Amino acid sequence: MSRTLLEMKNITKLFPGVRALDNVNIDVKEGEVHAIVGENGAGKSTLMNVLSGVYPYGSYEGTITYDGEECRFSKIRDSEKLGIVIIHQELALVPYLTIGENIFLGNERSNASFINWDATFHEADELLRKVGLLENSRTLIKDISVGKQQLVEIAKALGKNVRLLILDEPTASLNDVDSRKLLDLILLLKKEAGITSIIISHKLEEINYVADRITILRDGSTIETLDKAADDISEPRIVRGMVGREMVDRYPQRNVAIGNECFSVSNWTVRHPVFLDRLVVKNASFNVRQGEIVGFAGLMGAGRSELAKSIFGRAYGHYISGTIFKNGAEIALPSIRRAIENGIAYITEDRKGDGLILSESITENITLAKMDKVTSGIFVDKDLERQSALDYRDKLRIKTPSVEQKVGNLSGGNQQKVLVSKWMFTDPDVLFLDEPTRGIDVGAKYEIYTIMNNLAAAGKAVIMISSDLQEVLGMCDRIYVMYEGRIIGELPREEASQEVIMSLILLASKGA
Amino acid sequence: MKSDLNDPNEIKINQMLSEPSTPGQIKLSLQSEDLERHSPLVTFLNIFQKYSMIISLIVVMLIFGIMTNGVLLAPRNISNLIFQNSFIAILAVGMLICILTGGNIDLSVGSIVGFIGALAGHLMIVEKYPVFISIVICLIAGIGIGIWQGFWIAYIGIPPFITTLAGQLVFRGLTLVILNGLTLAPFPDKFLGLSTGFIPDFFAVGDLNGTALVVGVAAVIAFLGIKIFGRINKINKGYETGNPILFAINLIVISGALLLATFTLAQYRGIPTVLIILAIIVLIYSILTSMTAPGRYLYALGGNEKAARLSGINTKKVMFFAYTNMAFLAAVAGLVFAARLNSASPSAGQNNELDAIASCFIGGASAYGGIGTVGGVLIGAAFMGVVNNGMSILGFEQAAQQVVKGLVLLFFVALDVMTKKKSK
Repeated sequence: MSRTLLEMKNITKLFPGVRALDNVNIDVKEGEVHAIVGENGAGKSTLMNVLSGVYPYGSYEGTITYDGEECRFSKIRDSEKLGIVIIHQELALVPYLTIGENIFLGNERSNASFINWDATFHEADELLRKVGLLENSRTLIKDISVGKQQLVEIAKALGKNVRLLILDEPTASLNDVDSRKLLDLILLLKKEAGITSIIISHKLEEINYVADRITILRDGSTIETLDKAADDISEPRIVRGMVGREMVDRYPQRNVAIGNECFSVSNWTVRHPVFLDRLVVKNASFNVRQGEIVGFAGLMGAGRSELAKSIFGRAYGHYISGTIFKNGAEIALPSIRRAIENGIAYITEDRKGDGLILSESITENITLAKMDKVTSGIFVDKDLERQSALDYRDKLRIKTPSVEQKVGNLSGGNQQKVLVSKWMFTDPDVLFLDEPTRGIDVGAKYEIYTIMNNLAAAGKAVIMISSDLQEVLGMCDRIYVMYEGRIIGELPREEASQEVIMSLILLASKGA
Repeated sequence: MKSDLNDPNEIKINQMLSEPSTPGQIKLSLQSEDLERHSPLVTFLNIFQKYSMIISLIVVMLIFGIMTNGVLLAPRNISNLIFQNSFIAILAVGMLICILTGGNIDLSVGSIVGFIGALAGHLMIVEKYPVFISIVICLIAGIGIGIWQGFWIAYIGIPPFITTLAGQLVFRGLTLVILNGLTLAPFPDKFLGLSTGFIPDFFAVGDLNGTALVVGVAAVIAFLGIKIFGRINKINKGYETGNPILFAINLIVISGALLLATFTLAQYRGIPTVLIILAIIVLIYSILTSMTAPGRYLYALGGNEKAARLSGINTKKVMFFAYTNMAFLAAVAGLVFAARLNSASPSAGQNNELDAIASCFIGGASAYGGIGTVGGVLIGAAFMGVVNNGMSILGFEQAAQQVVKGLVLLFFVALDVMTKKKSK
């Protein structure tokens, strides 16, 4: 048995009115990959912020012992000095600096006060090789993909002589291929360099793949720690620990009643808004029927979101060509307003970035996209508006003390429900849901799935874009597969499987 | 009233969605971060944050009142304060609309104030146009300036900071062109009434101005009526209402202040005309920002521009409106200011944009947009006015006044930033 590298004992952290952590205990052994799982709000990120010194010593109760010594970090630098490096979910890279500059940001290679550029880029290149990233360290961060940026973050951590690497939802915005690469890198670092990792993730299959031990948090308390070698760490077992009871199905059952074709798009081509010679969507054609849930699978950057956004009132792209039919008649959607009027809704993948207004209330967010439903003249009928918000709160079970609550104060799952409410409020016939379950916990996912099923059952056409293949397979009646802007396959539910979809993508990538 | 709730299709969804889910469904307990229980500390901070502006205003009035041996609060000086600061308050209301769209400011308003004053001077004094026609031309000119700047900002996408910096230079330059570098004076008497006049008194009550008393009492009764009935209405409809004691204190403080102000004004010459202009503007823009869909769009744009656009809001139009409106209000302020000075001078309005911007931030507007109220901005403008006026009475030099004003602005924004951080 290897020795304990980190021990956090009886950690309690209070926020005004909330006990975010309640006597949490966790120990991490040297050279292991330790996963921390729990639903949103269970206290995972708070715990890591206590560990890394974001919340300084004195603002919490309990002790942290690292490498045999008690630690009292007052700032992040203190923990970094001991080789504890945290990589946050939102990457902390400067887009207009080079990879090399980012790697040594705050840790510059210098002679006296001057930056030694040769050393910077030389050492950066070496670190990049270690993490298996084939990029020149003089490339700007903005020019590489999110997956690669994630690797740069790890290279940056290595540059700080990391011993304990903390990754907060590292694969949240990565596709399956990049996720697997990242997980393999974590395993490699463990084997070759003896680096201990703590990984926080919602994706249980990843945890299964990578973790040696798993600590489960629920409502700010440690529930249990499972050992891969000794315990059952199957997904149902972990979920039981997380939610406190057995969960039978990951995807709710529904009675499929598919009606007539109600929406179709043909020969849809979209150019990149800046690089006009780049075709982001190429000649795509698809259709949806009433009551049907259609999935769009593909790698990150395959053009799925761009397809949906460009249909949604040209919210993306330039020189869009192609035709849209709704209920058999051709319609033109030159603006988002027109798209909303025609019963099209696009529920964005980035709920905080371009979906919700966090500084405003639930009510104000829900009615924003169709204010004319709650206004007479230019005046807002606040009673009617509030009533609508209350209806959606009850229908979608948004957990909030009041609908006047600011959306920024809600958990991810509840924010997602507000976003869905906002678009249901526009009375759409066709809904595009772009990564509707990204970054939300298992329970909330299930509820979102239920809402989707209910929408379909009410005769709406539902189109889901998701990078989570299991989710697409679990939810959709029909699946389109996209690759580099083209639709390369259409599969009915019965014929679809992870293997079939991946092989279609592989075939396309070989230039078939 | 359009309502989808009678649509059979919608009712179907209602039913579908309120049906209990399949047995596999798990029920989650309320998560800690959703609960937002209020500890006494948080409650205190919230109260302080909510009322910090009005508390500060009262404190600063008392301090200067004592330091000036009561001169600051004397009836004559209160009238003076109103004359001096109304046009800044008008500018600040327009500035708030710009700031709401995303922390965007308008640097050109001081120059527009000068330009409109010069135009008014030229039309009335040199060309001898009738007062009314001149005013209309000036207001149209203001809207024209707004359309010009709004076009570059909203439709061409030049950052407001740069567009209005250019405007600052252009309109100051044009002011000099119109005036030939000279000061024009005096304006016709009829025009002066706009700013320096008082509402005529219909019946005096002893030494007091009866009209002012009646209007003041009526305003207080209207205010109390609206507030109390609004609250009863809210309680009946099941809205969340705040602490009743706080509500009562709030009512007492505001009505008390209104009555005191009325009484003070009544002791001098009554209600200044410009106060009526200001009151109308404040009323219109309060309604616009808090009760209408276009007002909601302003906050939405400032809160999250991308989300606003994806919600089908024509963000360019909102931006265009904000800047056109700003120049229009700057024209109103320019006329008020020219009438007060009884002259059109080349340097009129210089640095007024800074006072207006400072009023907004002192009054609680967010430097990132999406947060701020007309009422708050009014308090901010009053605060700046009291500080200015108090220092003048105490004989502070211009240089010292600028230092103090700068520090006051910094202090208030810092206070705002820090209380927000704490309450997180």
